[in-house]
Amino acid sequence: MSTVVAAPQSTAPPASGRRRTRLWVSVWLLVGLLALATARVVADADDIDSTGTLRAGLVLAMPIALAGLGGLWSERAGVVNIGLEGMMILGTLGAGYYTYHFGVWVGLLGAIAFGAIGGVLHAVATIVFGVDHIVSGVAINIIAAGAAAFLAEVFFSGLEGGGPTQSPSLPEPPSFDVPVLAEASSDLAEKGWFLLSDAGSVVAALTNNMSVFTLLAFAALAGSGWLLWRTAFGLRLRSCGESPSSAETLGVNVYRYKFLAVTVSGMLAGFAGCYLAVVASSGYANGQTNGRGFIGLAAMIFGNWRPGGLLAGSLLFGYTDAARLRSGGESVHALLLILAVGLLLLAVWQVRRGHRTSAIVAIVAAVVVAVWFALTDAIPGDFTQMTPYVTTLLVLSLASQRLRMPAADGLRYRRGEAG
Amino acid sequence: MNLLPRVGVGLAAPLLAIVVAGLVTSLVLIGVGDSVAEFWGVMFTVPSARLTVGIVNGASILYLSGLAAAVAFRMNLFNIGVEGQYRVATFAAAYFAGQALLPGYLNTVVTICVAMVVGAAWAGIAAILRVTRGVSEVISTIMLNAIAGGLVAYLLRELGDQQGQIRRTTTIPESSWVGGIPLIPGESSRVYGLAVLAVVAGIAFAVILNRTRFGFDLRATGRSETAAVASGVNVKRMVVSAMLLSGAVAGLIGMLDLFGNSHAYGSTIQVGVGFTGIAVALLGRNNPVGIALGALVFAFLSAQSNALGIEAGISPEIVAVTQGVIVLSVVIAYEVVRRYQVRIEQRDVARALERDRAREAGALS
Repeated sequence: MSTVVAAPQSTAPPASGRRRTRLWVSVWLLVGLLALATARVVADADDIDSTGTLRAGLVLAMPIALAGLGGLWSERAGVVNIGLEGMMILGTLGAGYYTYHFGVWVGLLGAIAFGAIGGVLHAVATIVFGVDHIVSGVAINIIAAGAAAFLAEVFFSGLEGGGPTQSPSLPEPPSFDVPVLAEASSDLAEKGWFLLSDAGSVVAALTNNMSVFTLLAFAALAGSGWLLWRTAFGLRLRSCGESPSSAETLGVNVYRYKFLAVTVSGMLAGFAGCYLAVVASSGYANGQTNGRGFIGLAAMIFGNWRPGGLLAGSLLFGYTDAARLRSGGESVHALLLILAVGLLLLAVWQVRRGHRTSAIVAIVAAVVVAVWFALTDAIPGDFTQMTPYVTTLLVLSLASQRLRMPAADGLRYRRGEAG
Repeated sequence: MNLLPRVGVGLAAPLLAIVVAGLVTSLVLIGVGDSVAEFWGVMFTVPSARLTVGIVNGASILYLSGLAAAVAFRMNLFNIGVEGQYRVATFAAAYFAGQALLPGYLNTVVTICVAMVVGAAWAGIAAILRVTRGVSEVISTIMLNAIAGGLVAYLLRELGDQQGQIRRTTTIPESSWVGGIPLIPGESSRVYGLAVLAVVAGIAFAVILNRTRFGFDLRATGRSETAAVASGVNVKRMVVSAMLLSGAVAGLIGMLDLFGNSHAYGSTIQVGVGFTGIAVALLGRNNPVGIALGALVFAFLSAQSNALGIEAGISPEIVAVTQGVIVLSVVIAYEVVRRYQVRIEQRDVARALERDRAREAGALS
């Protein structure tokens, strides 16, 4: 994925720039791993980077990444899509119905089709009628939640193992182990060696019991990155999000590109819903998405409207979500240590840049977190549940100054109104 | 002469939206094989006296929620976090009032202030993140909703008492309760006494927005930020004030039921009010009278839908679809009407210019 991360704003990046970004990605990966390994030993929290936690993190990250990718398509074409949550809900419902009756693959198509309905609705409202994007998104979320709750009762009430609020348990898509690598890394992970075993855990999580849907999700990410940044089609689509009137003067049919982008956005959100219902859980349930569409949107913003960045954001959010699930109290408690050290480093960096107030804020926060870590053994369940949301807020408030969204994102466009 | 068609068009849009929503709902019901006739039969039964009181109560709660969203909407701020602000504020108020630090109605009045302050403070987090760190209030308020849920659950566990199956805060002393208003003679259930708050808030909203400098600045910033800056408005300060005001109104939402019915915060608290309020504000076009009508329509639909399951064998959830479609079609209808009005105006201007030019030509010759 690092090649996608590397692609800078211009279409033809200098090779050295790409290599430098690739280097930074490796450095950050190593730093993260080192932090996890240290926290594991110091706080004695084995589950913090056990293969199980990391695998759960990967599985929980994928729906967020797919929803974020949906947001990326839509916002790169200049349409803010807060209706992702609703489209994802439609996806879970479609997956529940079609997977139960026709199997995994038809289920995937059904989920994508259901998500696409939400996408088309959003496209018609925002592009054809020029409704405010956020207003339309809010309305779609209301419709989707209501429709899913109503249709779930119709679809699943009479079925064995199902009920008015949930589907029967669904068949899982095929999964596989990568030969040799899977076993070797699992063995290494169990040794408990500092850093080496932690690296083993990461590899084991990526090679054991890998779902085909996860591969498809990665393919969608890489494919979208290629399509949007390496082809003429992508350039035209992104030009609709940067300056639709200029695109229009160059002969691009802005309406058509925006419509297509928002529909694809809905389809990806539908896939996200399918993944959530079929891989991350064992069937459809009301309220299953639990704001993951919004977190996907946050991951996309965190990733600076780039596929590689949004994957990194999704992995972060998916990981914090998994950490709370697997011996949550202790794992999240150990994460506090990392947070405290991170804040301290941030303070040092701010001092060097001459930002004294931000540095003081960071130091105070670091001390508070460190005291919290020292005085407690575990974090109450209610707080561990908040982890992904707090992480989102923290990350956005620390990073948002460096982000740049598409210039015409969220603005109303009408043909022939170029100023 | 110009006013009548304008009012007519303004009313036509929401009515059209309700008709469209009715059609979509009927189509969905036909699609899944439920009886459309029975659905409408139940929905259009004349509500009993008891249900009427319920509709008025539901509408006054939704009205406050709609106002809270509308304050921010008027400035082009999207406070999606009304739900979280309402939950946190209601919990804080219930806990404070339950401590009975103050006697009688003094406790009630101070508690209402506490609720407004806490609601404003929770909204203030999003405001501060926006003006200092540039975080979109849409995302931050959504995250704060989820955090509010966890925080309140934690505090309830730490500070609440176990009463049978559910956990609640200490019950408010009876001297601070607010009695109901008998709306319909001979009916035992009553309208919340604090429904008066909704009326007061509505009037205050109208006065502040239309008759004060603050309101003018707020609307101006919403219409055109650059124009507002040029005329000396401090946009950052406006963002914070509008968000705080929105959160303060959100703090009021829970007071009606707290002092009129439940007298404590427990797991039975009504959820989703904040989200419905956003829909109501959109339906009412952020106008105090419009929001009242929108709140009544939504409260009517929700109250009538309760009988659907028993009398027609249809899941009451279908009404959520109706409500959602109303919102989407009404915003589309408003947009279509706006475009139509712009075209009419342009035509009038063109005609007037034409006339002037003809007159000038006549004077010259």
